[in-house]
Amino acid sequence: MKLNIIVLAKQVPDTRNVGEQAMNADGTINRAALPAIFNPEDLNALEQALQLKEANPESKITVLTMGPYRAADILREALYRGADEGILLTDRAFAGADTLATSYALAAAIKKVGHYDIVLCGRQAIDGDTAQVGPQVARELSVPQVTYVRRIVSLNEERIIVERSIENGVERVEAPLPLLLTVDGAADACRPANAYRLLRFHRAATPTERASEGYRYEAQISADEALRLKEWSLADVDGDAARCGLSGSPTKVRKVENVVFRAKESKRYTAADEDIKSLIGELLSNHTIG
Amino acid sequence: MNYYTDNKVLGHYLRHPLMQRIVQMQEHNYTQADKYNYAPIDFDEAVEGYEQVLELIGRLCAEVIAPNATEVEADGPTLKDGRVIYAPATEQNLDLFRKAGLMGISLPREYGGLNFPRTVFILIEDVVTRADAAFGNLWGLQDCAETIHSFGSEEQCQRFLPRVCAGETMSMDLTEPDAGSDLQSVRLKASYSEADGCWYLDGVKRFITNGDSDIHLVLARSEEGSVDGRGLSLFVVEKSCGGVHTRRIEDKMGIHGSPTCEIVFNHARAELIGSRRMGLIKYVMALMNGARLGIATQSVGLAQAAYSEALAYARSRKQFGKAIINFPAVYDLVGGMKARLDAARSLLYETSRNVDMSGQFTALARERTLTPEERAEAKIFAKKADALTPIIKGIGSEIANLNAYDCVQVHGGSGYMRDYVCERIYRDARITSIYEGTTQLQVVAAIRYATSGFYGQLLDEYLAAEVPERLAPLHGRIAKMAADYKAAVEKAQASACQESLDFLSRRLYEMAAYTIMAALLMADAAADEELFASSLNRFVAMAEALVAGHAAYIEAYTPELLQYYEK
Repeated sequence: MKLNIIVLAKQVPDTRNVGEQAMNADGTINRAALPAIFNPEDLNALEQALQLKEANPESKITVLTMGPYRAADILREALYRGADEGILLTDRAFAGADTLATSYALAAAIKKVGHYDIVLCGRQAIDGDTAQVGPQVARELSVPQVTYVRRIVSLNEERIIVERSIENGVERVEAPLPLLLTVDGAADACRPANAYRLLRFHRAATPTERASEGYRYEAQISADEALRLKEWSLADVDGDAARCGLSGSPTKVRKVENVVFRAKESKRYTAADEDIKSLIGELLSNHTIG
Repeated sequence: MNYYTDNKVLGHYLRHPLMQRIVQMQEHNYTQADKYNYAPIDFDEAVEGYEQVLELIGRLCAEVIAPNATEVEADGPTLKDGRVIYAPATEQNLDLFRKAGLMGISLPREYGGLNFPRTVFILIEDVVTRADAAFGNLWGLQDCAETIHSFGSEEQCQRFLPRVCAGETMSMDLTEPDAGSDLQSVRLKASYSEADGCWYLDGVKRFITNGDSDIHLVLARSEEGSVDGRGLSLFVVEKSCGGVHTRRIEDKMGIHGSPTCEIVFNHARAELIGSRRMGLIKYVMALMNGARLGIATQSVGLAQAAYSEALAYARSRKQFGKAIINFPAVYDLVGGMKARLDAARSLLYETSRNVDMSGQFTALARERTLTPEERAEAKIFAKKADALTPIIKGIGSEIANLNAYDCVQVHGGSGYMRDYVCERIYRDARITSIYEGTTQLQVVAAIRYATSGFYGQLLDEYLAAEVPERLAPLHGRIAKMAADYKAAVEKAQASACQESLDFLSRRLYEMAAYTIMAALLMADAAADEELFASSLNRFVAMAEALVAGHAAYIEAYTPELLQYYEK
């Protein structure tokens, strides 16, 4: 089976190693103070793609990311680990996008790629933590989606069976192709970069990088198509500027505040009617609702 | 965490001036880039590639291999139906390194290897061993493939080497119950069958690291009736062909993750490597030199692990209201560990560069006739490699043990508990001064270079290099150590009694080793003062005391002393 797989990836600040300068005075992230990394759950998604390709060697894995020029680093990282092609979606018009505008732009790029069987992405990014982009891309593409995927059980030309994490367990779901899967951290960790691929693909470059001073591998990149990373603008993906960037973002951040979680105990309610009744009664009495 | 980038000293050796030549020869003048899409176009790209791969390995080691080490040891390998089953964490490590393409580091590209020079392989081994010496052992056995590459036929290279690069494991089966240090007594029987057109092996090997490997190199007696080393040949045996099984896994003090096996050959089909009768006298000698450099590397990696653990503990442990690193008794220990570590590492890479260059010329000689100048140069590199290998193997392993001892000491009572990594380092380090030739045998191999004056000449050469004004006082002190060493050699030789010379040789060996390490560390400090000046100052003070002590011992020595020893 020859699958076309698209993996959505995001370059994120490494919020797991937050130092003192991580936050600006205005509450926004000081990206310069944090190393930029491959969003962890996007690596889980990439691993699923690589396993599909192992089982179906004819397949092709395209990694797509939206971001500034330096986001090309994670495209190379994906190539080191086994992806076939990288696309950087970059344009000033995309700047300031919330999850909706981001999803629109990514979906436009996926349409431009053309035929695909599976779109894989991480459940959520460690900077925004919204888990909205995957589902919104699926909606924009009008394809089914399965979220919280931890394992692909099987697939044929038309259908796929996956396991997804649910509270207290695992759910097995069958869905038709093409579709979008969001993969969570419970899925297999991504395999490491491969030394041979590292030595080859460290030369991979976007047209902008290729034209920059100090790029030394012109002979190799002209001879080896796999080294050429694509760089697409808004115009390249036939996008509507009004739906991109700030203008396409309905989300407005009014204020950022620290929320301290004070509750020490938790209570469990079952799905039984009396439990639900008792919960509603409690919420009403403490004015959480009503 | 990253075990490569957190240690700036390693990168220093990647940029040593001689590396330009080593890499150029290794890369056949950068002519492979057209044929292989991962071959470098020039020196800068080659070094950039080494750094990227080292960074990858440094991360895998810090994030997976080191955390797995406790489990690797606790579970250990097990024996089932004559087969060795690795601990699950060992399998996980091997799988990770296979996927990362790290199983054929130094083999040529035509057989699927990365074609990295020996010195870069050593750097990688340095990093891996710091994370887990037992896993480093297993992984490092890929180096056995070098023997097939050097002495096997082209057809054998094509058949075996790509499999090693893909991750099949190897072992070198030399030792037998009655042939340890004395390999000439090997008895394992090789008999040729005219009917089958192949060799068969029968007998037992003992203390074989990774004895249930996929591809065995076996030393066996092919010449019936012979009794010495000239009747031995080297064979390759494949596990998949059957006839070889593991009878027992030894229960060791350390490196538990690396199975040490007793294996039985029962009419195992084998093929000859190279020529008959050359097994021990040529091939195994070459193999052993490589293996000794491997153990030296393992020693440095362990010395690093011990130092890193001790430093972290001494900074975090508070007593009497402050971190214990602030007490002179503790910072003397920790600083001494770092000084010895840096000194041993400096000698390790000096040795490896000479081994590398010597090997480059050997490889070149297979392609074309060397010019007389090249031959002369090759001879010098080979001689330095031969002279320095027993020094770094012996002293490096002793330093690994000193550091492991001090690491436990810095940890105090906690260090005696199984909860801390240092007790594993302590046990793992112990083997380094024993296997692949004990320190005592390294002294035997080295002493001729002391008595011939070669180490003295080397010291003169190292000390002739210019140093910055600020290092001049240290230079003077090292020159004084060199003079004391030479005087001690003369004194020992003057006694004209072989037993006295043998008796004193360990002390001469240590004097040579510490003075050479001081001189090399000074050269490193001359190139990068910020990185090495502290260690240099500490090490010269320590080495000076050791050299002076041994000098006094030898000065006062008379052969009458020997009668007071029990025999």
